[in-house]
Amino acid sequence: MQKAQGKVTSVNESLVGAKTIQGAVMNGEVAYIVIEDGKRLKAEVIDVKSGNTVYLQVFEDTGWMKVGDPVEFTGLPLSVKLGPGILGSVTDGLQNPLYELGKIEWFLERGLEVAPLDNTQKWHFTPYVKIGDKVTGGMALGSVPEKLFEHKIFVPFSLQGDYTITHIAAEGDYTIEEPIATIKDGAGTTTELQMAFEWPVKRPMPFHERSVPVRPMPTGIRILDALFPIAQGGTACSPGPFGAGKTVLQHSLAKHSEADVVIIAACGERAGEAVEVFKDFPELIDPRTGKSLMDRTYIVGNTSSMPVAAREASVYLATTVGEYYRKQGLNVLILADSTSRWAQALRETSGRKEEIPGPEAFPMYISTLISAFYDRAGVEILEGGNSGSLSIVGTVSPAGGNFDEPVTQATLLSTGAFWGLSRALSDARKYPAIDRIDSNSKYPSLLEKEEVAYLLELLRDGKSIASNIILMGEKGITDESYIRYQKSELLDAVFLQQNSFHEVDGVTNPERLRLMFNMVREIIDAPVRIAGKDRIRSQFNFLRQAFLDWNYMDVNEEGFEKQKTKLLNLIKQLVHVAENV
Amino acid sequence: MLQKTYENIDSIGRAILSIKAQGVHNKELAEVLYPNGNKAFAQVIALDGDHVTLQLFGGGFGVSTDCKIRFLGKPVQVGFSDDMLGRVYSGNGQPIDGGPELLADRVRVAGPSINPVKRLIPKEMIRTGVPMIDVFNTLVRSQKIPIFAKAGEPYNRLLANIATQTDADVIIIGGVGLKYDEYHYFRQRIEEAGSKSKTIMFVHTHRDSIVEGLMVPDLALAVAEQFALQGKNVFVLLSDMTQWSDYLRQVANAQDQIPANQGYPGDLYSQLASRYEKAADIEGAGSLTILGVTTMDDVTHPVPDNTGYITEGQFYMKDGYLELFGSLSRLKQQVNDKTRPDHRSIMNAMARLLSEAEERVKAQKFGSVKDDYSLRLLEYRKTFQRELMDPFRYLELEDALDLCWDILAQHFKKEEVGLSSNLVDTYWPEKGKFNVLKEMNHE
Repeated sequence: MQKAQGKVTSVNESLVGAKTIQGAVMNGEVAYIVIEDGKRLKAEVIDVKSGNTVYLQVFEDTGWMKVGDPVEFTGLPLSVKLGPGILGSVTDGLQNPLYELGKIEWFLERGLEVAPLDNTQKWHFTPYVKIGDKVTGGMALGSVPEKLFEHKIFVPFSLQGDYTITHIAAEGDYTIEEPIATIKDGAGTTTELQMAFEWPVKRPMPFHERSVPVRPMPTGIRILDALFPIAQGGTACSPGPFGAGKTVLQHSLAKHSEADVVIIAACGERAGEAVEVFKDFPELIDPRTGKSLMDRTYIVGNTSSMPVAAREASVYLATTVGEYYRKQGLNVLILADSTSRWAQALRETSGRKEEIPGPEAFPMYISTLISAFYDRAGVEILEGGNSGSLSIVGTVSPAGGNFDEPVTQATLLSTGAFWGLSRALSDARKYPAIDRIDSNSKYPSLLEKEEVAYLLELLRDGKSIASNIILMGEKGITDESYIRYQKSELLDAVFLQQNSFHEVDGVTNPERLRLMFNMVREIIDAPVRIAGKDRIRSQFNFLRQAFLDWNYMDVNEEGFEKQKTKLLNLIKQLVHVAENV
Repeated sequence: MLQKTYENIDSIGRAILSIKAQGVHNKELAEVLYPNGNKAFAQVIALDGDHVTLQLFGGGFGVSTDCKIRFLGKPVQVGFSDDMLGRVYSGNGQPIDGGPELLADRVRVAGPSINPVKRLIPKEMIRTGVPMIDVFNTLVRSQKIPIFAKAGEPYNRLLANIATQTDADVIIIGGVGLKYDEYHYFRQRIEEAGSKSKTIMFVHTHRDSIVEGLMVPDLALAVAEQFALQGKNVFVLLSDMTQWSDYLRQVANAQDQIPANQGYPGDLYSQLASRYEKAADIEGAGSLTILGVTTMDDVTHPVPDNTGYITEGQFYMKDGYLELFGSLSRLKQQVNDKTRPDHRSIMNAMARLLSEAEERVKAQKFGSVKDDYSLRLLEYRKTFQRELMDPFRYLELEDALDLCWDILAQHFKKEEVGLSSNLVDTYWPEKGKFNVLKEMNHE
């Protein structure tokens, strides 16, 4: 395809119109607009009208652009570079490494582009194939060690068809730009391959074979792992008003989830939150690997004051990288915060294009895009029988905290777990402020099915008794109901609530979750029959206090078993006291 | 740079003008030349072929079809120098305090955001002396945080208090849509506090055009950013960002943009964010802290709602009190574990009990609150409000923490407050030996 040339005809914030002078133009291709000072501003074709009129969304500030500025089309769609070196890095939404940009300028000056992957670093390559072997796109040529695992070097996925190896590099150290292999197709055309290749961000990578997400992915967050779990390869969304704890939840998931790779897409959110992650994580040791937490993390930071058009790119960039590591046979978790900001970016552009708006001025196609995005998650059975998974947790920031809006609704249709964040709970400091009644998940829990139902039933009972107490006062209900209510409050306080800032309480592994659940069950099952609300409340206060103290103790700590015994004694006392009465 | 003058004005609106012109840059600064020799600034906001749209700093009133537009070949800039300290400027950057115009360096306005890798994790508490802030929602250097309040609440007084009671090197006041007496109040407070020599004001009052109002935060933040890059700790006060958003809505509607919610443009979030995100603690340099005001009736209104998603919390002021519920400092966790060992725990305990008390307030309406514990919760709530929620009570953090213990001891038994035994043993005051709380004739 001949690359097109064009000239700017209109400028309206990030939406720029252009007329092509020659050459064919493709929807989705990347173009550069060259402004007066010679800076080249990256843009993407989002619409072609009447043959030669093109609309571009510009990934940079359009100040100082003028009508007539030249537009250079590249003929290539917006793509991500895939290869070793992604883990541990921080890039903007267009895969420019932020630390590299920071060496050039303090501010995110426009028109700067840096190689997405370090092309000077040498990687130790071990070949898997030899000359004469038959290969096709997606097969591994060899591998290099990257951080925590062997990073397979693939024949680019776009090369479908049968190829023969005519050259393969010997074991040794190479950069991602050095040739690593040469392959020949049936017609005799040869292609030289490197360790990195490109893939268009908006095109989902095909699954080799797709499977259903059924294996739980422990998150260390009790209310999720017990009641509203996510599976490896599953999807979840956490809509909620501001201040209900979305960010803390995301950070906790990023730290503690049992995934091999965590990708954080900070899309249109506060810069400070991304900074916290990429400045703290290198210092934190991941107990599962003994290595720095940053080694398994990749951060895409397109924060709220960065150019709006790149928000969409940032979400797709994260997803494409996620799919790539899934092909490596790893379990990948994407945390997209926030998909609403992406949707708003689409709304801005749609408005400037004067498209007919849907509800709340979002474009009509918003739900299709959201569903297609979550559909990129999933479990993949790879060639040879290994599997990898990509899970996506998206936050949603609904206007006014009202879930009845287009982005939340479209997301609920597309995800398997719903973690509804509630302002009432966060006001009451009941963190994580995930609604205990309205949230749900279709994935299997770490607990047994009947155990989950048992807990949910108690919570529903507790809620209904609580509203009776408001109406009729404590004196208006029976002691039996009051005990049931206290049990439900205790379950909430010691099991569902969790102090994510505490070293021990902040993360609960599956073994400890089981231990705690058993203890909670002891309490719930205890035949308490104390008379008098004050005595009941006071007994449960003691119990809650002892349980919280236990929660804050490490299992290997000296007092841990002692505290457990104390708790069991307190539970016995409940029953014992009852017998005395 | 070549300056071109055009005279074929197409249309004139309340804030917007369009004209046919060529070779014009997006965001270029221009002048409206009146037939009588007067001038006013304008800025290019959109280009379509030879059709140029400008926003008028002086508004559209009085602009005629025989005015000319001169494009100045430069973007909007603002002066920057130490000599600006103590001065007052309008939303178009001109001095309005009767003093001379300065020959200052010009710096860009609304520039790109700082590279996140150049940001530090905020780690330094700012002591304000306001108990609801220092104890419950600690302010941190480089935080961006607005006061949410109904119009008429004393938010500007609190803003001025915080700015003058703390250790800011430079204070920049960005007044948007100020009433004249509010403007006067800020000037007076700054002078009384002896802070004039470290303060610059950019002021837009109701008699000025909305486009000037729109410019104020950008001018204030551009100047503040320069001071921060020089190593200064800068406080920017922005009051009132709801009016600013309203001006944004007016200009967007004048451009026939498709509105999103309640007439606000779809990019309201991004517009607010690109201002608030200027707040930063900069590696190897100073810091920029933003305290804003967002007037509101209802927190789900688009302006407070979008703001809440952008800022690092908010202080919620209601009926003259700083409320606990509805207020939030997202950065407090960065600092409140380094103040006093009981800080976090007592903050949580006080909040949990207050939330329990709020439940009883609901129940009280049904006349169903009769038990002793509930009645004590209600009493606790009253004491809390009286002793802690006054935004103008000045207490050092340590005294405020002691006061919290006093209040707990006044109303509860040790085992009722849910605090760990070693904290209770250390801080629980004996009856009759309160540290801060005046003894009540209770029990």
